[in-house]
Amino acid sequence: MAERAQPLTGTVAAGLLAAAAIPALILVTGGAVLTKATGASGLGPGDWAAIRFTLLQAALSALFSVALAVPVARALARRRFAGRSLLVALLGAPFLLPTIVAIFGLLAIFGRGGVLNAGLVALGFEPVSIYGLWGVVLAHVFFNLPLATRLFLQGWLDVPSERLRLAASLGMGPGAIFRHIELPMLARTAPGALLVIFVISTTSFAVALTLGGGPRATTVELAIYQAVSFEFDLGRAALLSAIQLGLTGAAALFALSFVGHAGFGAGLDRPTRRWDGKGAMTRTADSVAICLAALFLILPLAAVLIAGLPALISLPDVVWWSAIRSLGVAAASTLLVVALTLAMARAAVRRRSLARPIEGAALLAIAASPLVLGTGLFILVFPFADPTRLALPVTALVNAIVTVPFALRAVLPAWQKIEADHGRLAASLGLKGWARLRLVELPRLARPLGFSAGVAAALSMGDLGVIALFADSDTATLPLQVYRLMGAYRMEDAAGAALLLMLVSFALFWLFDRGGRVDADA
Amino acid sequence: MLYPILAAGLLAATGAAAQDTPVLTVYTYDSFVSDWGPGPIIEETFEATCACDLEFVAAGDGAALLARIRLEGARSDADIVLGLDTNLTAAARETGLFAPHGIDAPALDLPIAWDDAEFLPFDWGYFAFVHDTGLENAPRDFRELAASDYSIVIQDPRSSTPGLGLLLWVKAAYGDDAAGIWQDLSDNIVTVTPGWSEAYGLFLEGEADMVLSYTTSPAYHLIAEEDETKTAAAFTEGHYMQVEVAGKLASTDQPELADAFLAFMLTDGFQSVIPTTNWMYPAAVPEEGLPDGFETLIEPDRALLYPADEAAAIRGEALDEWLSALSR
Repeated sequence: MAERAQPLTGTVAAGLLAAAAIPALILVTGGAVLTKATGASGLGPGDWAAIRFTLLQAALSALFSVALAVPVARALARRRFAGRSLLVALLGAPFLLPTIVAIFGLLAIFGRGGVLNAGLVALGFEPVSIYGLWGVVLAHVFFNLPLATRLFLQGWLDVPSERLRLAASLGMGPGAIFRHIELPMLARTAPGALLVIFVISTTSFAVALTLGGGPRATTVELAIYQAVSFEFDLGRAALLSAIQLGLTGAAALFALSFVGHAGFGAGLDRPTRRWDGKGAMTRTADSVAICLAALFLILPLAAVLIAGLPALISLPDVVWWSAIRSLGVAAASTLLVVALTLAMARAAVRRRSLARPIEGAALLAIAASPLVLGTGLFILVFPFADPTRLALPVTALVNAIVTVPFALRAVLPAWQKIEADHGRLAASLGLKGWARLRLVELPRLARPLGFSAGVAAALSMGDLGVIALFADSDTATLPLQVYRLMGAYRMEDAAGAALLLMLVSFALFWLFDRGGRVDADA
Repeated sequence: MLYPILAAGLLAATGAAAQDTPVLTVYTYDSFVSDWGPGPIIEETFEATCACDLEFVAAGDGAALLARIRLEGARSDADIVLGLDTNLTAAARETGLFAPHGIDAPALDLPIAWDDAEFLPFDWGYFAFVHDTGLENAPRDFRELAASDYSIVIQDPRSSTPGLGLLLWVKAAYGDDAAGIWQDLSDNIVTVTPGWSEAYGLFLEGEADMVLSYTTSPAYHLIAEEDETKTAAAFTEGHYMQVEVAGKLASTDQPELADAFLAFMLTDGFQSVIPTTNWMYPAAVPEEGLPDGFETLIEPDRALLYPADEAAAIRGEALDEWLSALSR
């Protein structure tokens, strides 16, 4: 499969440009921060401890999320039951929750005064403490188990139904199907999922600190915050941010080298149906996996719902206005994400050697410290314009950039598979450019693209990273308004606003995702 | 054809408006300008007298506020910065961006003497551990707290001004023994949150028996929620203070308006809003006194506060002690 030297086509150029925009933005903002630095102090022992803890918790979070996602995704792929599509949709919710909302939801279940400990004490057991390394990992698994499950489920749904029919007619049992069909699919999907979750978890700030129990649980992002806000040591902030990026870059190179190509051959796009897993053992195992995952994910969400409902209807007007502002930000950033993702994925498919560099570049976006990005943008914008006037566009831009890697992870493998399955036929028919995109590719991309747009929209609703630096009283987004209510002691209204945020994020996700999943559940 | 005329008309209109009403830009922390903070009322009251447009710009918390000013430097649009505390004023003064406030011997009601050429206080409070009134044998000092089984939530001194306040409180009360106090406290600390809101939220959710907040926090529950179940523990070694200040930037293009605002800041129009919006003590008690309910709050016997320079000098050492005591 050696590639001949090819001219730089418009498609490839557009994709490269989109991919280059991300490292360029990180470099330029980092550079801008450095221009304001006055003599950099080196790293102290505290910083090294922070780096170690960051890596440890991120690695554990990724491993547990992915390991637990495999049985859940497998069970969901094999079973049809009432409420399955709702459950699959709900799987999107935790990942999209704003951190602070999720923390309070988790504490209502796992906290000192939570349901779990109330139960344990009632049964005569010692209460357990969520605070510490394992609390941090638990929270990250809560966020990311659903993401990993969705990525795997996508992989399972991408197995052509013809293969499963063949497996059934050959009389393959669950073990054989696992070896011949599922394991290769997992080997292809898992490294990417591990990587994405590892990278997300490295930039953890509020979760690590709130649930970490003390300064042992210090992450690099906290050290960056301290350097910017309390010490105004911008050189150190830039250095720490570069280290965070370096670690992610190394992890990306390592993990992406395991990401293989689709190898199932083409199917006829029939709805997937399974003939395996009829035995009592597998049925029970699947039921247990689904029930446990559903409980783990739904209970904290229910806690958020219960806490927020009383105040939801009587929320002050300003909160609703913030919600509308947040919707605008989400719409703009979703458009941007879809455009960037399509451009990058298309280039990566047309020129296979570019796939890894493009995806690696995108991944840098999650690893970049939002605080350094925001500060850098602020420094760049300030000489030319009033930063508060640009609060919403800047938020939309940064949210979009940070979301692209998730979208790409969902779209690129699907597109690569389409290319492998249908590329030659399309080429022999002379289908090119727009026609090929419209007739062959977009219809088959609808599902991952809908998922990506949903994730982008919902993440943009929830993000707080950059807005805090730019916002004033007239441009507050919904997450910022939640914090303001908390800051004013109004915890009940804050719970109401948090519920609104959860509902809107989830509705957006559902809307887009549903649009792309029309064939998922027959 | 209409567009150029329209545009010209609009430009003229906005130009004229800008000339007529000067704009005073005040940078402050986020919760000050929120719809539930003092900002909106103060804006209305001051604009009624100044023939100007008072514009609040929010920039995170107190520490982020200072970082913002440092980023912008002398080119900043800000005329006034409102919301630094005495742990930040040394660094703020060092930037050379602030001008003297020019108010001789301001009439203040602080438990300490105030002498600062650049920064004027607008409110203050005592840090304290807030708990439910039902808590039996509430600790009376840090040693009792450390020896008890009571759980506390505190804020991280590296990302939160109350967290930094607690650090200096222990240091001011115990000096060289501070490290030992922190070691003894470590098994009482449920967790350390990035900011005040998370900690207070955790406390209200029942995650800890006590939370680091202010002696004035119970006033919110009493006055706004008619809830009498919250109180603050009075510590015999004294309570560390937070004094929140404002300063005028040397680069202001509205020096007279800025002076007028600083003078207004210590009058009833500003001060009477503070107790029930910012839930702190006003720097100058208004004529009608403090709102009903404030008389129920504990009043510490001793007020602790490092002078700004000392606070800045001592912070690094205190932080290292804190880190090593709690990282074991």
